[in-house]
Amino acid sequence: MPELAQSHIREGGQDRTSLLRRDVDEAAARRSLREQIAHLERQLSALFTSAHPRRGLEWQVRAPGGPRLLGMGELEALRDDLAARVEDARRTLRDRAYVETRNRERIEEMMVEPERFKWVRISNDDIGEPGCKHWHARPRLGLIGMLMGWWRVKISSGCP
Amino acid sequence: MEAEAPLRRGWVEPALRAEFPGLALVLAEVAAGAGRSPRGVKERLRHLSDVTHGARALAQRREPIASAYRIFFRQIGIDPENFRPPGEAAMLERMRAGRFKSRNTLDDALTVAVVETGVAVRGFDAARIEGDLGVRVSQPGEKLGGDGLELPDGTIVIADERHAVALIFGDTAPERGVSPETARTLLCAVQVGGVPDISVEEALWICSDILTSS
Repeated sequence: MPELAQSHIREGGQDRTSLLRRDVDEAAARRSLREQIAHLERQLSALFTSAHPRRGLEWQVRAPGGPRLLGMGELEALRDDLAARVEDARRTLRDRAYVETRNRERIEEMMVEPERFKWVRISNDDIGEPGCKHWHARPRLGLIGMLMGWWRVKISSGCP
Repeated sequence: MEAEAPLRRGWVEPALRAEFPGLALVLAEVAAGAGRSPRGVKERLRHLSDVTHGARALAQRREPIASAYRIFFRQIGIDPENFRPPGEAAMLERMRAGRFKSRNTLDDALTVAVVETGVAVRGFDAARIEGDLGVRVSQPGEKLGGDGLELPDGTIVIADERHAVALIFGDTAPERGVSPETARTLLCAVQVGGVPDISVEEALWICSDILTSS
């Protein structure tokens, strides 16, 4: 229906689009974009805090450079980049949380049946915890234990 | 010791006020420059170093004032991961150096203020500022301090009645900062939306108290 709408606007012999307060519209749009940026920044900060101690996540968002008043296009691009970064961080954390849960379950299984997990080593890093503790399925008494099938889970005492 | 320095508000260009309704510049002038920090200030820094730890640094960006500065940084085109807001920068420096290092009364006062309140304060040599300070957008071809770095068009600056004297967050024009010859320091806090007045006032009072009692 765009033709119909346009003909309606032109009724009365003048182009009424010129009467629109473009400055007010733009100010409202800019305000809305700034609010969206603020909301996304808060979400990104919350994700950053909850991600600790996991490493290797990307937190930088391409910035147009400042300090200056950004144009509408720049605000939109910044909003989109922030949204993409938040989504990316969320997805990565979700994937890691899944792997970490599986690793926790694996530790429990290792403790019950260490012989099923020969030489498997799971660290705090693998379960999203700080510190250097790790669980290592190894044979008792070295070679003899390996030949006899005497396996156990050795839990490290922490950071060296 | 002097009575609390009276606070006043700097001007803000209407276009900036419309864009950032919470933006303000709060000023306080004190009859002191920068010198060697007395023992009490060094002890205060040491105490702050002791109570500041990694967990606080990590969670800082979720605190309301630090978050307000981060958001403002984003909105003016700065990535706060690259160029840290002053509160976060101070905290990272503490983590890197293992303590808040004492430098001089002004730097120490600014550090104490930003760590205790989260509000960014900076100092100018009051004798080199013409008229009152305010925040505005730079003009095409304008230079920082009149003869310094050329400012990209539209840069948000702190300015006196003649020149841009500093970027709103960042470089200060040559000779506008506090030097050993400074007799009066103009303290200036940049307030953004979400930062309460009381925190800004407290930050400036902390600075003026340290400077005037040293």
